[in-house]
Amino acid sequence: MGNTSSMLTQYDIEEVQSHCKGIFSQREIISLYERFCILDRSGKGFILEDEFMAVPEFALNPLAQRLLRILEGVNFKEFVLLLSAFSPRASFKEKMEFIFKVYDSDGDGKVTTSDILGVLRDLSGSFLTEKQREQVVIQALDQAGFSSGCMLTYEDFVKVLVKANLKMEVEVPVD
Amino acid sequence: MGIQRTGVKVSNQLRDSSLFRPSQSEVDLYQHDMEDFLLDSAAEPAAPHQNKLLLCDLLDISGVLSEAASAIVDDSFTRCFKSNIPEPWNWNIYLLPLWCLGVIVRYCILFPVRVLLLTVGWIIFLGAFIPVHFILRKHDHMRRKIERGLVEFICSVFVASWTGVVKYHGPRPSRRPRQQVFVANHTSMIDFIILEQMTAFAVIMQKHPGWVGLLQNTVLESLGCIWFNRTESKDRHVVGEKLRKHVIDPESNLLLIFPEGTCVNNEYIVMFKKGAFELDCTVCPVAIKYNKIFVDAFWNSRKQSFTMHLLRLMTSWAVVCDVWYLEPQTIRPNETPIEFAERVRDMIAKRAGIKKVAWDGYLKYYRPSSKLTEKMQQKFAESMLRRLRTKTSDEDLSTSME
Repeated sequence: MGNTSSMLTQYDIEEVQSHCKGIFSQREIISLYERFCILDRSGKGFILEDEFMAVPEFALNPLAQRLLRILEGVNFKEFVLLLSAFSPRASFKEKMEFIFKVYDSDGDGKVTTSDILGVLRDLSGSFLTEKQREQVVIQALDQAGFSSGCMLTYEDFVKVLVKANLKMEVEVPVD
Repeated sequence: MGIQRTGVKVSNQLRDSSLFRPSQSEVDLYQHDMEDFLLDSAAEPAAPHQNKLLLCDLLDISGVLSEAASAIVDDSFTRCFKSNIPEPWNWNIYLLPLWCLGVIVRYCILFPVRVLLLTVGWIIFLGAFIPVHFILRKHDHMRRKIERGLVEFICSVFVASWTGVVKYHGPRPSRRPRQQVFVANHTSMIDFIILEQMTAFAVIMQKHPGWVGLLQNTVLESLGCIWFNRTESKDRHVVGEKLRKHVIDPESNLLLIFPEGTCVNNEYIVMFKKGAFELDCTVCPVAIKYNKIFVDAFWNSRKQSFTMHLLRLMTSWAVVCDVWYLEPQTIRPNETPIEFAERVRDMIAKRAGIKKVAWDGYLKYYRPSSKLTEKMQQKFAESMLRRLRTKTSDEDLSTSME
């Protein structure tokens, strides 16, 4: 790969910046572009599953497959928009939307009990039985005042997680 | 076509990663440090807070997502294999012609001279090696001595063909009554040539295709080099035996091993494979550091073939590097081979001024073992079970109080 930042014009950078609502600085976008080009080994303009999984730290993550569904095959502009949820400058709303997107695997705006079970399965692996997982989910929904068969909307998510101490900040290295 | 040549082939390999499941010893090797590394950085599961909803803790996956996002944005493993693209300095009206002049000198004057030098060197070498190899069949000791000298000669010719400026520090390797093995950090196949011009080592390498393979089968075979195939997990045991036999044999050449197992970009050093450290012999560490100002000597085997790599070196000004022969080390009484490997890696990293990384170099070729993911899953599962238990005990308490 040649000198990658020269392949991004000032216009491109500004376009990407406005697409992610100004969350990333221009230097961060250049840095992300260099990273995108390193991951996208064959220069196709999007990153494949195998190329993401070539990063061992990512491949180890229990939620790697769910994130792949969101991140695979997107172009650079979308890539930056998706990652902007992790910037310290992102609002609570943007972080919430990302978390909701991870849960809502079919994208219909509702998170069902089986969606929550699915994420719990990824997070706990074989260390919880299916019965224990159901127990946790039913108990958690019950305690929060939801019936076990109901579907959570984005607003429900916000109501529950507004008290959470979201640790969702990733620093983009800028040289 | 070598496996390392095209990016597509490598990704196919990753898809078939089940074929290249790491052997238990390999997993143990990096797990030792990896666990500490990961568990330190893993987000602590939220302490059960009376007023915090279980649902809140359950749905809050922000920590895990951040770890994944952090790995996407930057990770220490990919950094180990990043080629350094030199900053263009010819951006000026008078620097540009200077640079053009430099290009002309490098490609039209230096390069032909170097090719000529290399050709003459090879003619002399082959002219001496082939006869000696066949004529002195019976006089093994004499034959080996001459072959060693000839190999040192041709390596010096190679080094001269890139205008190699190599500064050697420390006592030169020599045969001692004690059994010994040499280990060094690995940046490119030229590491081998640079060390070989000083001492004719036998080395353990991956078999390559093309003209390199031909050289391996003929010249390097006579030095007593050992071959391995990194995709064969059973191969490790066989190779371990060969190594042991070689070290014990007093007639064999000094053995050089690159425990990283793959080429790394000379800014970082990845985990050492413990094979070299469980041979019951002294380990002599060698540190190599290239000066990047002249040329980046990192051979990115996925991006270019060795021939292209050599051509790039031959059209650069010079290859400047330092080689330090460090104090020989033996395994301490209470040390495991993995700890011994770490100690030696630490010495080499400090001397060469490169950063240590807790990754196994073979992760270039296969995916990490699921054991590490399972550790994280186990931690999470336990915290959830704890919450379940406190919830039920709270309920018992409240019902009993009513």
